[in-house]
Amino acid sequence: MTPEWIHPGLVLIAGAWILPFCRGRAKRAVMILLPAAALVDCFLIQPGTYGVVRFLGQEVVFGRADRLSLVFSYVFALVALVGMVYSLHVNDDAQHVAALTYAGAALGAVFAGDFLSLFLFWELMALSAALLVLLRRRPAASAAGFRYVLVHVFAGLCLFAGIVLHFTQTGSLSFGNLSPYAGSAAFTLILVAFLVNAAVPPLGAWLPDAYPEATATSAVFLTAFTTKSAVYALIRGFAGAEILVWWGAAMAVYGVVYAVLENDARRLLAYHIISQVGYMVCGVGLGTELALNGATAHAFAHILYKALLFMGAGAVLQVTGLRKLSDMGGLYKTMPVTLALYMVGAFAISAVPLFSGFVTKSMVVSAAGESHRPAIYLLLTLASSGTFLHTGLKLPYYMFFGKDRGLRAQEPPRNMLVAMGLAAVACVVIGVAPMVLYSQLPFRVDYIPYTVRHVTATLGLLGFTALGFFLLLEQLDPEPVVSLDTDWFYRRGGAAIQKFTQGALARLEGSVSRVSDVVMQRFVLDIGAQLGNIDLRGVDAIMEGVGRVTEEVSRDLTLTSTGHVQRYALVMAAGILAGVALAVFAW
Amino acid sequence: MTPKRWLYAVLVVFAVGEIAGPHLFPADHAHFWFEDIPAWGSIYGLVSCLLIIIVSKLLGKLWLTRPENYYDS
Repeated sequence: MTPEWIHPGLVLIAGAWILPFCRGRAKRAVMILLPAAALVDCFLIQPGTYGVVRFLGQEVVFGRADRLSLVFSYVFALVALVGMVYSLHVNDDAQHVAALTYAGAALGAVFAGDFLSLFLFWELMALSAALLVLLRRRPAASAAGFRYVLVHVFAGLCLFAGIVLHFTQTGSLSFGNLSPYAGSAAFTLILVAFLVNAAVPPLGAWLPDAYPEATATSAVFLTAFTTKSAVYALIRGFAGAEILVWWGAAMAVYGVVYAVLENDARRLLAYHIISQVGYMVCGVGLGTELALNGATAHAFAHILYKALLFMGAGAVLQVTGLRKLSDMGGLYKTMPVTLALYMVGAFAISAVPLFSGFVTKSMVVSAAGESHRPAIYLLLTLASSGTFLHTGLKLPYYMFFGKDRGLRAQEPPRNMLVAMGLAAVACVVIGVAPMVLYSQLPFRVDYIPYTVRHVTATLGLLGFTALGFFLLLEQLDPEPVVSLDTDWFYRRGGAAIQKFTQGALARLEGSVSRVSDVVMQRFVLDIGAQLGNIDLRGVDAIMEGVGRVTEEVSRDLTLTSTGHVQRYALVMAAGILAGVALAVFAW
Repeated sequence: MTPKRWLYAVLVVFAVGEIAGPHLFPADHAHFWFEDIPAWGSIYGLVSCLLIIIVSKLLGKLWLTRPENYYDS
C-alpha cells in the first residue's frame, strides 16, 4: 500500500472499532469524523491503480480508481456521512460498527479491480447488512435477517462458482467487461449473482422482505449500498447485455405494481427501490454512453433521495412507532419540517423539474429514445407516473394528511432533521445545477435536461397523474394485507418439504441446538470471566468496551437460532452448493 | 378557491403549456411520433396512472394479496 493511497473503505471498517471505546461527545465526534474522512479521502484519490497485492500467484487490486469507481465512491461516502448523522442519537455500538463496516465494504467492492477482492467485499457487505437487520432484535427482524443471509449466501456462491469457472477458462481474475464471454456458464453465474444483489425480480424479494424490518436508522444504510454496488458491478461487467434492457424496464413497472398493494410505508418505499434500480439496469443494458452515464447519475441521485425518503418514514416510525399507512394520518400539523423534507425526496424521485431525479432519470429514458426503442420508452415513462403516484402522492397523503387519527407526535430528534436536510440540499443542488454531477460521470455529457419539451411534458405527466390519483382515491385506501412475492417459495414452500422430513431433521436439529447452547454458554461465560480478571487488574476502561460488544453479539446470535427446520435445510442446501463449487475448483 | 379548483387550474396551465411550448420554442426534437400528439405527456400520465391503479388492484384481488398474518401461521 503506497503512502498516496489510503483505502477509504478501510478507514470505515477499521475506524469503526474505535467506537466501542468512546463515550458521549467523543463517540459522536468519531461517528461524524470517520465517514467525513472517508469522503475527503475519496475526493483526494487521483485516477490510477493502487493497493496491488500478490496473493496465490495472482494480482489482487484493491484500488482501481477511474471515473466510474470514483463517482460511486463519492456518493457512498456521502450517504455514509448522512446516515451517521441520522443515527447520532442511537446508543448501540453494534449497529454503528455494522453500518460503518457495511459502508466500508461497499467502498471496497467499488474500488476492487479483480474478482478476488470483489468477492471478499461482496461477502462482507452481505454479512454486515444481515447484521444490521438482525440488530433490530425482534423476532420478525431476526427471521427476515436470516432469510437475507440465505439469499445472499446463494448469490455469493453463484459469484464464487462463476469466478472459479471464469478463472479456469481465462486464467485471469481481473474484473472488466465480460461481454466477450456471453453465454458461458461463468458469465451467467456472475450475472445471476449481480442480479440478486440488484434485487432484480424474481430474485429480488429479499429487499422488501428485509429492509422494512431494520431499525429506522439502519434502513437508511441498507437502501444505499447493496443494490447500487450491484448496479456498479453490472455497469463494469455487463454493459450492453440486451437481456438487461427488458428486464430493467419490467422491473421498473413491477416495483410500481407492488407499491399499489402495499400498506407498510417502508415496504412501499422498498418496492420503489426495485422500480428505480430498474431504470439503472435498463440503462446498463442499453449500453450507450448516454445510457451508462444515465445509470451512473441515476444511482448517484437515487442513493441520496431514497435515503431521504427512508429517513422521513423512519422519523415517523421513530416518534409514532407506526409503520402501516392504515394507522397514520394528520401528521402534517405536528411534523411539518419532516413533511417538507420528505417532499423534497418525493419530488426528487418523481423527477419533478429542479430536483435531482429530473436530470438523471431522463438520461436513461432519453437513451431509450435515442436507441429507437418505443416500448422501453413507454414502459419507463409509465413507471415514472407510478413513482409520483406512490411516493409523491399516496404515501404523503395517507401519512401526513388523510384522516386525522389524532396521533400525538412531534418532530424527531434534531440530528435526524439535520441529516434529512443534508440529503435534501444534495437533491436540490443536483437538480438545479446538474453539471455538478454530470462533470463527474464516466463519459463526456452532451445531454441537456432542461428543454421546453421535456419540462412541459414532465409537468403534464405528473399533473395528470395527480388527477388520476384523486379520481381513484377511494380505491387506493391502504388495506391490511400482505402481497405474495417470490419469497413465498422459501417462506411457505419450505413447509411442504418440511412435512416429509420433519422427523429426522427435527431430531438432528434438537441435538445440534443443544450442543450449540452448551458451547455458546461456555464460550461467553469464559470470556466474561477472563474479562473480569483483566478488569480487576485495572484496564477497565478498554475492557468494558470489549465486554459490551461481546454481550451484544451473543444476545444477537441467540436471536438467529429460530428453530425453523426449513431454514436449517436451506443452509444445508447452501453447503451442498459450496461443496459443488469447491469440487469444480479442485477439478 | 377550493383545493380542487386549484388543481384543475394548474392542470389546465400544464396542458396548455405542453401544447404551446414546443411550438413557441421548437429547438428540441421528439424521439417518436407519438410525442408530437398535442398534450402527449398529460394524456399518457392520466392513462398510466389509471392503468397502474386498476391493473394492480385487480392483480391484488385475484392473486397476490393475503391476510396480514399469512406468514405467521
